[in-house]
Amino acid sequence: MSAPATATPDAPEALEQGSSLGQDAWLRLRKNQLAVFGLACLAVVTVLCLVGPWLLPYGYEEQKLELGASPPGAMHWLGTDTLGRDLLVRLLYGGRISLGVGLAATFVALTIGVVYGAVAGFFGGKLDAVLMRIVDIMYSLPFPIFVILLMVFFGKNIILLFVAIGAVEWLTMARIVRSQVMAVKRMEFIEAARALGFGKRRIIFRHILPNILGPIIVYTTLTIPAVMLLEAFLSFLGLGVQPPMSSWGVLIKDGAEKMEEFSWLLVFPAALFSLTLFSLNFLGDGLRDALDVRSSKD
Amino acid sequence: MLRFITSRLLQSLLALFLVITATFFMIRFVPGGPFTAEKAVTPEILRNLEAHYGLDRPLWRQYLDYLGSLGRGDLGPSFKYPNRTVNEIIGDKLPVSAELGALALAFALVIGITLGTLAAVYRNTWIDYVASTFGMMGISIPTFVVGPLLVLGLAIHLGWFNASGWYGPADRVLPAIVLGFAYAAPVSRLTRGGMLEILGQDFIRTARAKGASELRIITRHALRGGLLPVVSFLGPAVAGILTGSFVIETIFQIPGIGREFVNSAFNRDYTLVLGTVILYAVLIMALNLVVDIVQAWMNPKVRLEG
Repeated sequence: MSAPATATPDAPEALEQGSSLGQDAWLRLRKNQLAVFGLACLAVVTVLCLVGPWLLPYGYEEQKLELGASPPGAMHWLGTDTLGRDLLVRLLYGGRISLGVGLAATFVALTIGVVYGAVAGFFGGKLDAVLMRIVDIMYSLPFPIFVILLMVFFGKNIILLFVAIGAVEWLTMARIVRSQVMAVKRMEFIEAARALGFGKRRIIFRHILPNILGPIIVYTTLTIPAVMLLEAFLSFLGLGVQPPMSSWGVLIKDGAEKMEEFSWLLVFPAALFSLTLFSLNFLGDGLRDALDVRSSKD
Repeated sequence: MLRFITSRLLQSLLALFLVITATFFMIRFVPGGPFTAEKAVTPEILRNLEAHYGLDRPLWRQYLDYLGSLGRGDLGPSFKYPNRTVNEIIGDKLPVSAELGALALAFALVIGITLGTLAAVYRNTWIDYVASTFGMMGISIPTFVVGPLLVLGLAIHLGWFNASGWYGPADRVLPAIVLGFAYAAPVSRLTRGGMLEILGQDFIRTARAKGASELRIITRHALRGGLLPVVSFLGPAVAGILTGSFVIETIFQIPGIGREFVNSAFNRDYTLVLGTVILYAVLIMALNLVVDIVQAWMNPKVRLEG
């Protein structure tokens, strides 16, 4: 069993000790070297993407046509693309977009999924049956295809991009939250809260949700790489972020087109993107172990 | 069981109807039409073209007409390829994508199940670590990274394969590996997890006590239960292999249905877009149903709920 500091859901003081779950998980997470490595990489990549573009003396759309595509060197550490734009700066700017889309779309998915799943799980009965049947039906829709259609027809608009992605990714979150809420709502402290006359909204958001944070956090961490993958996939098909802006998907696409002559244009974006996804997945796995959640799906 | 299948079929039909309706109206409310890209179309010719394809009639009428011909299995004429029907185009392109998908799936299953089983049997040894790292790589490195990198290394630098095209058997190798790689990874992780759980159970110990060889224990006793998580993953995975082929078909210039779908969307080829969307939706729903049934057959503990 875990350390005695763990907030067990059947202890009513779980709310007051909310941080102890975090402290306990943090202790366990620190022992997982891969997860720590992932966390460190993510921190470095994020800071570089946020700060880097200010420190480098180039703009992301600043062209030096006379330079053309030059290999990595002292002036341009990662080389330049065919328009003479500095690859490092474009990579870091692209990182802002990719990470930003990842976070924003995950937030959309998280919000919809948690509220939807909590409502279905808490009220149960007919409402639950209808809500979950809707989720079942949506699961069977060919969503990547819809997202592609959306982007072709209305698209190339970054806000629409992450709303569309977020709208796809909330389904699994809703299922997870629902099953967790159903388990927690029968516990005594919820009955106590009811006996005290608290409203349903207060019980859901103040009493139930804090007790199922573990699975939510884990699944959120695993949703971010999935979302970033989808964004890059769309950008690779030419449907995501539009030039002169860049995202990692756009850079990989451009690099793939020119890889025969200028291989660095593909290798660096591909490496950074994969490293980031690696880190996120390692961190998600580590968190799952640390928070002792058996499975992320269903 | 029968009740389960009927209710799932009804549910799928409802979902399919939603897909068709949503797609139909979504395409129509988008600016641009199938003939806007063509140069020098006088308003008169445009009117004739639209009349020819019935595009001048009220939208609800076109919708009902479409549903009607769909009921007869007719997906209508393509607007971009003169004198060709959507049925013909799908009949041309689908076998290519299906071949690619089948090869990729075979690759994914063989590699994934082998690695996953090895990792579970030799738990916490270097074999396990190599297999697990492979699994993480497959999840974290997307196909549109693996694909170009392999082309760069194996095709361009070493010259072992053609960089693109779909002619001889050798042209099948790279696309199938790249597409399969993305799915070999989750398959290996799921196999490892499933096998670990099964190998710890009493009936495995009984089999061991009876003197069954380790190989027999694994292949005869453990795999059937250990592969359950893989089976439930296969429905969405096959669907993903189909949609993932957009990227592969683009990278390797393969004349499959995925590339046709993306092009048809850009071209506003209304009927071809609808036709491919319906095709994908039907495939995904059918596969999910099959997976549910197979799962019930493999594991009597799974309770089927309508």
